[in-house]
Amino acid sequence: MATPLLEVEGLRVEFRTRDGVAHVLNGVDYHVDAGETLAVLGESGSGKSVTANTVMGILESPPGVVTGGSVRYRGEELLTAAPARRRELRGEHIAMIFQDALSALNPVFTVGFQIGEQLRTRRGMSRRDAEKRAVELLDLVGIPGAKQRVRDHPHQFSGGMRQRVMIAMSLALDPDVLIADEPTTALDVTVQAQIMDLLADIQAERHMGLILITHDLGVVAEVADRIAVMYAGRIVEHADVHSLYANPCHPYTRALLESIPRVDTKGTSLSAISGLPPSLTRIPPGCPFHPRCPMAAERCTEELPPLAVLPSGRSSACLFAEELVAG
Amino acid sequence: MSAPNLSVPILEVDDLVKHFPVQTGIVLKRTVGHVRAVDGVSFALHKGETLGVVGESGCGKSTLAQVLMRLEPPTSGRVRFHGEDVFAKRGRELQALRRSIQIVLQDPYTSLNPRMTVGDIVGEPFDIHPDVAPKGERRKKVQDLLDVVGLNPEHINRYPHQFSGGQRQRIGIARALALKPEVIICDEPVSALDVSIQAQVMNLLDELQREFGLSYLFIAHDLSVVRHLSDRVAVMYLGKIVEIGTEEEIYGRPSHPYTQALLSAVPVPDPAVRAARARIRLTGDVPSPVNPPSGCRFRTRCWKATEICEVEEPELVTRGAGHHPSACHHAEEQTLLPST
Amino acid sequence: MSDPSVLGTAVAEPDPPPAGGADAQERARSLASDAWHDLRRRPLFLISVALIAILLVLAAFPQLFTSADPNAGDLARSRQAPSGQAWFGYDLLGRDVYARTIYGTRVSIVVGVLATTFTVLLGGTLGMLAGYHGGWVDTLVSRLTDVVFGLPFVLGAIVILSSFREAIGEGAVGITALVVLTMAALSWPVSMRITRSAAITARNQDYVRAARALGAGPARVIWRHMLPNCLAPVLVYATIALGAFIGVEATLSFLGIGLRDPVVSWGVMISEARDYIRVAPHLLLFPAAFLAVTVLAFVMLGDAVRDAFDPKGR
Repeated sequence: MATPLLEVEGLRVEFRTRDGVAHVLNGVDYHVDAGETLAVLGESGSGKSVTANTVMGILESPPGVVTGGSVRYRGEELLTAAPARRRELRGEHIAMIFQDALSALNPVFTVGFQIGEQLRTRRGMSRRDAEKRAVELLDLVGIPGAKQRVRDHPHQFSGGMRQRVMIAMSLALDPDVLIADEPTTALDVTVQAQIMDLLADIQAERHMGLILITHDLGVVAEVADRIAVMYAGRIVEHADVHSLYANPCHPYTRALLESIPRVDTKGTSLSAISGLPPSLTRIPPGCPFHPRCPMAAERCTEELPPLAVLPSGRSSACLFAEELVAG
Repeated sequence: MSAPNLSVPILEVDDLVKHFPVQTGIVLKRTVGHVRAVDGVSFALHKGETLGVVGESGCGKSTLAQVLMRLEPPTSGRVRFHGEDVFAKRGRELQALRRSIQIVLQDPYTSLNPRMTVGDIVGEPFDIHPDVAPKGERRKKVQDLLDVVGLNPEHINRYPHQFSGGQRQRIGIARALALKPEVIICDEPVSALDVSIQAQVMNLLDELQREFGLSYLFIAHDLSVVRHLSDRVAVMYLGKIVEIGTEEEIYGRPSHPYTQALLSAVPVPDPAVRAARARIRLTGDVPSPVNPPSGCRFRTRCWKATEICEVEEPELVTRGAGHHPSACHHAEEQTLLPST
Repeated sequence: MSDPSVLGTAVAEPDPPPAGGADAQERARSLASDAWHDLRRRPLFLISVALIAILLVLAAFPQLFTSADPNAGDLARSRQAPSGQAWFGYDLLGRDVYARTIYGTRVSIVVGVLATTFTVLLGGTLGMLAGYHGGWVDTLVSRLTDVVFGLPFVLGAIVILSSFREAIGEGAVGITALVVLTMAALSWPVSMRITRSAAITARNQDYVRAARALGAGPARVIWRHMLPNCLAPVLVYATIALGAFIGVEATLSFLGIGLRDPVVSWGVMISEARDYIRVAPHLLLFPAAFLAVTVLAFVMLGDAVRDAFDPKGR
């Protein structure tokens, strides 16, 4: 297999706080190639954003401490790279967009200035050229009247438009990998559809690797090629989008899919997952999902199931994965 | 779900309007315009029924809840509860009304006072309405309520921060249930919760409705959540109801272009249908409610808009071959969602 | 989704073991009883209470701690350094610094505590009203605050004190009361602003909306919901203001409009000692040390109380 564009392997992160050590990431593995969309799916506290921040090198530290694993961009190790090299990679090769575009943009500068900032500092462009390029980028992300709006400040844009500005900003240096952390969670459903379409178009056009971090099973089904499902700081299932939805091979994924309301659940009780996600300071021994799992057996309380590759090329961190594959 | 009795309206809303003045100036305030948050909304809620209200942010659905709860005074319009004018009530009558209509708020983190114990929070309704439960019985009642919503009654002395989001929302539901209301207004009760927890709370709301014969006004932006719980659904856009009908009518045969666009924008958690789906993509954003478009408010984003839409405001009526009221001059029923 | 919040939710215990056995058998607790329970076991609280208790005894019964007369001066002993006979030495006029420090406790504590109390009560009440009602009440109170805030303190104090001085007469109690009220009347705007902003924040919280939906009246909303959530910033301000007021009292005395001989206070002693820091540092050292310890004790008390009333800290 060729070297993946971006690869995360066995990543471990702890948050050391006064209340104890929270094991936020406990061995995360995933990779993304050029031109594909990997969705990282998980609920709050599953570690999906922490993984992304660690990849970007913007993990809050303290309290966050990377205790193991590796992050490689085109085979180059990032975790041990010099800070200068990491800065160079950030934006230039790997870019990120955030959920809250309003707080991610600086309110006192025009959007044109902010988009052009990287072009000026990194590409040595003149103010005028940077603004010209900013107009092109705003146009590319579908902001009407880009020429006039480039001099506007962030608060003059609506939520959806702001997220477009963020996307334009992240594209300024032509990155190969774009990490989108819940890019549409704060947006209305009609605007969400616009932004997801835009991301998909841009990704296809530029042949980027897109890592989409979300909790929304609907969004994932619409845009992802592959899915990594996270639970308590680990990937519990990894598969292509069609097989994952058709036949989830981890009880957590299965339960998650069953807990969303659908047409045929109308008038019936939803099959909710009982209990709560585990406290990250005290993750249960064995499989962390076992206290909530309908299939849990004695072994599950003792043995931590590895993320094992199944014959069909997908993987699952469940001791009974093969039975689940068989249906 | 127990069949709601559609012949007895319990809450009737008639041409309700709520405008917020937009003011400038610090000492001498000058009104420069109005946010038309709710602009002529009418509907009826029946006994044992769930009426879903969907719409995007800024459509006025939360303001509607505030006005119905009498947390904000209406600009005009009438609301009748069991035939009696709600806004005419004062003093004791208003207190009695408060017992009958309760609210569950969206954010489980800000809707509970962090400095009160769970016992105090759920028991507060009894402090405000002391005649509901004698002092000696209150503790028992609070524990019963916690039990009803699926919390451990022994946790009465804990503080909100010791609970997870889903558990907090249960505390909020217990508080709303304390006075045995007939109507509960649910203002985005599950949108702050994770998917797996969301299902638990939705199931609880469903069970409570059956057990106590409650009527719900269920406000949410998540169309699949609304679909799961609602008997009837009203779709709001810029302060107005654009379409109202039964759940099958709205989701199966929507006739207003906005409803159609909304439904087609909802991501379906099934990759198999992603290529096959009809897609309607709206352009632009919702216009400002301070200065809504003339005529039909949706016309600026509508692909069907013609001259008449600019001039004449469409009424919410059943027209042509339609089966349910729709506020569109060009209403036409259309099937959008795969009927799996 | 920000990471600290992730941690927060995840770390929140799904089912922590009940503290001290089954809660069900215990009687219902409230924030106040929990806070009291918690305070009794906080060393910070116990130390500060002990210090404050000592200060109060000093203030109430100074004669128990010294037999010397704080006002008996002998110019022959002027600025003598501390010795076995006079622990803290003698001041410019040859008076016993130890005796003066002990006797000065009463006025300093009374002025500091009362001025703080009145300032916080006045400012807090107005701030709470402005924050709760909003609208024209807020506008009116806020503008009034701005006006008072704009008055120079010393100038305002001179005007008030010299106007009412005659009416009060020469009694120590009357003058002390006048000084305290003057300070409060000129200092409340800060606490009003702090309370107002905290009240506005609390007012917009959903739990206030929920209480109003239940039919809670203004008194209940303010007392049960807003006040406990506005307390922390005001407490912090109050403990800092206490020290400042003791110093302000000295300024007024120095200007000749505050307390005068024979009334002794730390502030008066400090202001008298200023010019002799290099030749006789002990004149400044001892009253200043007492002042520092007093302020520290109240700051610690404020901290302990604030933490105890925050259930998240437990």
